[in-house]
Amino acid sequence: MYEFDWSSIPGALPFLWEGMKISLEITLTAVVIGIVWGTLLAMMRLSSFRPLSWFAAGYVNLFRAVPLVMVLLWFFLIVPKFIEQLFGLPPGSDLRLTSAMIGFALFESAYYSEIIRAGIQSVPKGQMAACSALGMTYGQAMRLVILPQAFRNMVPLLLTQAIILFQDTSLVYVSALADFFGAAYKVGDRDGRLVEMLLFAGAVYFVICYTASQIVKRLQKKYHPA
Amino acid sequence: MIQISNVSKHYGAFQVLTDCTTSVSKGEVIVVCGPSGSGKSTLIKCVNGLEPFQSGEIIVNGTSVGDPKTNLSKLRAHVGMVFQNFELFPHMSITENLTIAQTKVLGRGKEEAMDKGLKLLDRVGLKAHAHKFPGQLSGGQQQRVAIARALAMDPICMLFDEPTSALDPEMVNEVLDVMTELAREGMTMMCVTHEMGFAKRVANRVIFMDQGRIVEDDSKEAFFANPRSERAQQFLAKILHH
Amino acid sequence: MSYQWNWGVFLQPSASGDDTYLGWMLAGFKMTIGLSLTAWVLALLLGALIGVLRTVPNRALAGFATGYVELFRNIPLLVQLFIWYFVLPELLPESLGNLYKQSNPLLQQFLASMICLALFTSARVAEQVRAGINSLPKGQKNAGLALGFTLPQTYRFVLLPMAFRLVVPPLTSEFLNIFKNSAVCSTIGLLELAAQGRQLVDYTAQPYESFIAVTLAYLLINVTVMFLMHRFERRIVVPGYIGGK
Ligand SMILES: Nc1ncnc2c1ncn2[C@@H]1O[C@H](COP(=O)(O)OP(=O)(O)O)[C@@H](O)[C@H]1O
Ligand SMILES: [Mg+2]
Repeated sequence: MYEFDWSSIPGALPFLWEGMKISLEITLTAVVIGIVWGTLLAMMRLSSFRPLSWFAAGYVNLFRAVPLVMVLLWFFLIVPKFIEQLFGLPPGSDLRLTSAMIGFALFESAYYSEIIRAGIQSVPKGQMAACSALGMTYGQAMRLVILPQAFRNMVPLLLTQAIILFQDTSLVYVSALADFFGAAYKVGDRDGRLVEMLLFAGAVYFVICYTASQIVKRLQKKYHPA
Repeated sequence: MIQISNVSKHYGAFQVLTDCTTSVSKGEVIVVCGPSGSGKSTLIKCVNGLEPFQSGEIIVNGTSVGDPKTNLSKLRAHVGMVFQNFELFPHMSITENLTIAQTKVLGRGKEEAMDKGLKLLDRVGLKAHAHKFPGQLSGGQQQRVAIARALAMDPICMLFDEPTSALDPEMVNEVLDVMTELAREGMTMMCVTHEMGFAKRVANRVIFMDQGRIVEDDSKEAFFANPRSERAQQFLAKILHH
Repeated sequence: MSYQWNWGVFLQPSASGDDTYLGWMLAGFKMTIGLSLTAWVLALLLGALIGVLRTVPNRALAGFATGYVELFRNIPLLVQLFIWYFVLPELLPESLGNLYKQSNPLLQQFLASMICLALFTSARVAEQVRAGINSLPKGQKNAGLALGFTLPQTYRFVLLPMAFRLVVPPLTSEFLNIFKNSAVCSTIGLLELAAQGRQLVDYTAQPYESFIAVTLAYLLINVTVMFLMHRFERRIVVPGYIGGK
């Protein structure tokens, strides 16, 4: 029978916390950029100007068709070259974190834009008509009337997506970036205690994500009682 | 045929039924009415065990419904029920709706079930629609199929829960006609309905419920001539005005 | 510094000698399809079972099913995969663990990947199945029971056939996800599509051609699955039925 030995965990906590900070940093950037860019994409998608809606549809469908692992590999390949040239950095600078952030942000925008589009479409059509009748422009109507209502409906979905995103950040493992999971794996590998470290990492993710999703559920019940 | 004795039921702290007692003899037609939320549906669902109750006893054809040892499926197979929203099975054709329980529950052969189903479909005037799906029929037609589906099981009694209240007014009569005919043939029926014309035509007794209690249980003549409780008088006044 | 495109690279004999790089790609493609399809079948069966359990009037069964779903939904796929691959064999009884560890490494990778994807996806399928059953009008269950069906019969003849039709569209997206998620299995060395792409980069130093080919392959899978599922959806349409209540 396997003999568990959890003794290497306490000493590793500071290192793991550094990793957790990276995970959270990536999550936060991607959520913020994802929602902003996602909103723009959703509005483009719904616009009556064809090239805009085609661009948005193409963007969203492309990102949603390709595995996140593949998207990250692409960004780790392209972004460093691009930034090095842009800012004249020496080749080989460590741009993995930046690449990961950009990759996640652009990838998640596609998912956020679909949530936001559904949210906008869930606002009754009469609202837009009422705005036009009051003499508002399209932009005013969106900003003042439609989007505030849409976002209120969408808050639980946006948060749920953020939880999924937080879980997905573990995939930066493919670039050997030491996020929380990467850090846990490194420590476990170094100390020959991979079993304990993987179980510990799983438990930490579970506690965080389960708690967060229960909070989202509460919010949902509070603001949308059945 | 149906004996309901001192039945009470609550959801948590909320009392839905309080000490309800009544009975339906063989061949009798009972109409149950009362304001919305008064517990009519709950009471009628207790009769075939679709709703459990905490105290009291219900005996249907000699079988105690509340007894944990009772095989409820077996009992229900012979107690027909018709719902407010028809509840035909949307993914099955009309003939499948009519035959599935005959074959799977009663173990009848396919042909026998089909014969029976088509005969009953003819009886409710819908033979031409045998191969359609429920979604392709009007509400009144669906409800008539639902009645035929229940009859196909050779029920010893029939329970109706507001069978016409989800229907457009022009379809109400086609369903009431089928029910009236059934009553005249001697079927034992317990009907939750606000159709007082139907009650006057065929009911033996009328039960009036309010806030989970049976407040009136009278012959229809007595009920319509002179309801005892004030609530029933108000209720009748409202209903008959429409 | 400009990039030297070379699309001919796929026709060159590969480093392993007996194959071209295109052959590597095809092998990866086959692995992705085979892995995803087997995991999907398992996920559907398990997910349907767990989803049904979540709706039954039995506290213990429903509670177990809820726990199952929460467990697999709140741990990242990558972590689950590593636990199946690195942790589980250690926790097995010694004889079984050794048997597993001495087996073909490819078999180990495939088994861990398949179990991981199947269970991960089954939790999501279960959620859709539960939502489908709960979105049926409540009277349907009563109607089934009132006809004398037992509870299992009511599920089998009345609730599940309709719920199944309602959940096909959301299941399509889970089906697409399982192909995408299978790329995560490259991290334990399983040579599926993404892994072959990375391997090709290492051997040929032509990253763009390789990544473009892999990306196109995923797009192809995506388009094909959507096409097939749309045809399937049309086949199971219920005449005259316009959505649940
Ligand atoms: N599952 C339930 N949980 C709590 N209360 C319920 C439930 N089902 C019905 N009720 C309540 O029980 C009361 C009686 O309902 P019902 O029998 O449907 O009335 P009726 O058919 O006379 O309109 C109503 O006040 C209703 O809100
Ligand atoms: Mg009712």
